[in-house]
Amino acid sequence: MLSIYCPHCGEHREEEEFHPKGQAHIVRPLDPESCSDKEWGQYLYFRKNTRGLHHELWVHAAGCRKFFNITRDTVSYEIREVYLIGEQPSVTSDRAQS
Amino acid sequence: MSNLNESGLNPAAQGKAAVMKQIPDDAAVRAESPLHHIDLPSMAGKQKDGGIYLKELAFVGHLSLRCDQKNAEQLSTVKEILGLELPLQPLTSNTNDQVQIRWMSPDEWLITVPGDRTFEIEGLFREKMTGHYSLVNGSGGQTILEVRGPSVVDLLKKCVPVDLHSSEFPGGKVVSTTFAKAGAVIRRLDEQSFELVIRRSFADYIWLWIQDASQEFGLVIEQ
Repeated sequence: MLSIYCPHCGEHREEEEFHPKGQAHIVRPLDPESCSDKEWGQYLYFRKNTRGLHHELWVHAAGCRKFFNITRDTVSYEIREVYLIGEQPSVTSDRAQS
Repeated sequence: MSNLNESGLNPAAQGKAAVMKQIPDDAAVRAESPLHHIDLPSMAGKQKDGGIYLKELAFVGHLSLRCDQKNAEQLSTVKEILGLELPLQPLTSNTNDQVQIRWMSPDEWLITVPGDRTFEIEGLFREKMTGHYSLVNGSGGQTILEVRGPSVVDLLKKCVPVDLHSSEFPGGKVVSTTFAKAGAVIRRLDEQSFELVIRRSFADYIWLWIQDASQEFGLVIEQ
C-alpha cells in the first residue's frame, strides 16, 4: 500500500482512499474541430508507459474528492513529489537521470 | 419567451431555488430513518454494560454547502445565518449546541442542524447568500451514528485506514474516509466517542458490520 500525501487535506492517507487517474498534463486541444485525426487520436488514446519517473493524476476519492498530481517512480513506486493542479513538477525525468 | 417576467411568480422568488420542507409538520406523516427497519429503540437498554455504546441521531438536517473560502462576504453571511464560522483549516469542525460544521474539502462543508430547523435555515441561505455557491439538502440520504465507549478506538481500528491515536486524531477533527470499504465522515467528539455520518444506502451494511466488529467488546444500544 502507498501512503499518499493529499495536498488539500494536508496529511498522508492510505492508498485505499485514492484513485489513480492516469498520465498528468494532457492538454485538450483548444480547437478540436481543426485537429487532424492523428492529432485527436494522439490526445485521446496515446499515453506514456514510462519506466522511471511518471507524472500522474490522482483523486482523493474517499476523502476531499479533489484532484492533484503525483510524480512517482514506476520502478520503485516511490512518490517523489505531490503538487497541485496547474503547477509544474519540480522533479522531472531529466534531472533524475543526471 | 419574452414574458417570463410576467409569469406571476413572486419577484423575490425568481432566480432562487425552490426549497422543500422535507419533514412535514403533520405528525401523522410517518418519517423513517435509514435504520428504521432494525428498530434500534426496541434494543435500547436491553444490555447494560459493554465496550461499545451506539446510538443513531436520526432526522438531523444535513446541508452540503459549497462556496469560496476566499469570499469574505460569503463567510460572514454563513456566520450570520448559523452563528458559527466555517472551519477553514482542513479536517476541522466548528460546533455549537445546535449546529455542527465539518470541513469536507477546500470548498465544501457539511452542516448539520436540528431537523426541525432545516427548512428555515435553508430558506435563510437562499435569501441571504450572495455570489456563486451551492447548498444541497441531503438529509434524507444520510444518517449519523454516535459510537462511544472504552473499546471504541479498537472497534474503529478494524474499520478505517486512518490513524486514530489522539495525537493524530484529536477531538473535533473530521476525516472522510472509507469505513469497511463504504464511505463515512468521521468526527472525534472526545477521547472515547466518535460520530459517523453515513449514507442511507450503506446504513444497513454498516450496522451489520458494527454488530459483528463489536461482538468481542459487547455492544450496547442507546436511545
